[in-house]
Amino acid sequence: MNISEYKGIFVFAEQRDRKVQKVAFELVGKGKQLAKDLNTTVTAVLLGKDMKDEAEKLCYAGADKVIYVDDEILDLYMTEPYVYTLTHIILDKKPEIVLYGASAIGRDLAPRIACRLKAGLTADCTGLTIEPDDQEPEKLNLMMTRPAFGGNLMATIACPDTRPQMATVRPGVMQALKRSDANSVNIEEYKIEIPAEAVNVEILDVTRIIQQRMNIEEAKVLVSGGRGMHGPENYPMLEELAELLGGTISASRAAVDAGWVPKDRQVGQTGKTVRPNLYIACGISGAIQHLAGMEEADYIVAINKDPDAPIFNVADVGIVGDLHRIVPLLTEKILAEKEK
Amino acid sequence: MNIVVCIKQVPDTTEVRIDPKTNTLIREGVPSIINPDDKAGLESAIRIKEEKGAHVTAISMGPPQADLALREALAMGADDAILITDRAFGGADTLATSRTLAAALSKLDYDLIITGRQAIDGDTAQVGPETAEHLGLTNISYAEEIQIDGDYIIVKRQYEDRYHTLKTKLPCLITALAELNQPRYMSPKGIFEAFREKEVTVWTAKDLDVELNEIGLKGSPTKVKRSFTKGAKTAGKLFSLEPQESAELIVDKMKEKFII
Repeated sequence: MNISEYKGIFVFAEQRDRKVQKVAFELVGKGKQLAKDLNTTVTAVLLGKDMKDEAEKLCYAGADKVIYVDDEILDLYMTEPYVYTLTHIILDKKPEIVLYGASAIGRDLAPRIACRLKAGLTADCTGLTIEPDDQEPEKLNLMMTRPAFGGNLMATIACPDTRPQMATVRPGVMQALKRSDANSVNIEEYKIEIPAEAVNVEILDVTRIIQQRMNIEEAKVLVSGGRGMHGPENYPMLEELAELLGGTISASRAAVDAGWVPKDRQVGQTGKTVRPNLYIACGISGAIQHLAGMEEADYIVAINKDPDAPIFNVADVGIVGDLHRIVPLLTEKILAEKEK
Repeated sequence: MNIVVCIKQVPDTTEVRIDPKTNTLIREGVPSIINPDDKAGLESAIRIKEEKGAHVTAISMGPPQADLALREALAMGADDAILITDRAFGGADTLATSRTLAAALSKLDYDLIITGRQAIDGDTAQVGPETAEHLGLTNISYAEEIQIDGDYIIVKRQYEDRYHTLKTKLPCLITALAELNQPRYMSPKGIFEAFREKEVTVWTAKDLDVELNEIGLKGSPTKVKRSFTKGAKTAGKLFSLEPQESAELIVDKMKEKFII
């Protein structure tokens, strides 16, 4: 493999319902930073149907170029048609780096492409930088940092001998750039014949999960309940407090597994990563997996009966006590403050 | 039908703590378990066996002590167990791991391969789809419900904001979510048989059709450059007060921080 033939950064621009997803703009933002260190450009690759206007948005978000494939087959995500198309484009264009969102799409798509290309792939990265190679300093490698062991061990990984270097990147961690309408629109409409046998699954049904509440990744305030809530009947008091503070409720894995709270509320390694301005942890002991999902919150208040609960290690204020008595009083006092 | 379930023995990461003095993981005394997503995959294979009849083989790549995870699988209801173990497999990344697993799987008859979505120690979610790619099989990831329908499988496939119900022809590989089911406990009879009567077959590198430079550390394009623990965030103050005072304190702190 002649590594110097591989140039440029590619970003897979994930779409759902013909809308480019937030993580794609975050990847473009990060890609631009890396491109500076490599003195190269960022190309977003968008696969879908009737999405030219969305392709333009990627340019306004900083992509130097968009490769857009318009095909009915690519309208809804299916593994093989996407793998086939992207692999074809990567082999044709030879990028040195390909980034994907670490979503339920990216984490299905990227491994199959990596395997087909015999390329290295690092999962769920939270940090990306460029460093010169240990042996050949003129060769610049992507350093991919990711959590392992449920979140508290971090590993930095490189693929020094193969190209492209590929990573899935955790949503919500990288910063998107501000939209700039001054950016020039550069879209390549890429033609490709997707073979019929690539469509190896049939989509019988699509069901959307209706979110009645605010998305926890976007909430500025989260009131979060764990095993110490004792049951679903006690969540309304958290709802009330959250609403008063302009936020919403979330939960630990224990509460979700117990069926008290829906899965979309789950904070942590197997749930969502959140960074609200205020996180109030009620009856959450603070397993490593949970901490990994919330410790970046600006201000953390924890209420727990057990003075040795690990949640107190990340809390700015730790209260040893009974949340069932404290939370209603807290709501009352905040209400009184607001009425002052 | 023949179902092969890939399982991994993992440390129970919910029991892992950080030593605050050395900032390293405390691994001693941490129990080893069958990875939760894999265990749900195994449970669903056993349920298919009970409903429709199937031969279930559990397979695990790991150190010799992974034998224990395979005995647990046998005690739950798997018919056969195969341990793939060799020093030559050490240091494998997901590409080399999936290549090794695929080489072992290609020696078996299968209509359906089930892996967990991801292991709780590595959290990559890559080995399942990569194994399918090596074998040239269709894969469906993130399975929350599965149903066998003749030569086809119907899978409720989870996304963050939706489900797709997908149908595909067997053979295929699916990656299972822990949400699939509540795995059963081992039965006393199952435990007796698994530990006293049944055998775990052991395969090493020479039993598989793999090139030594394509497995283990040598066959891994990704290299770990360094690892470190995130320095623990300094804990704030801990207060043990009456409920009334506790609530007042939180309100004062919020005012200090201009939250309210």
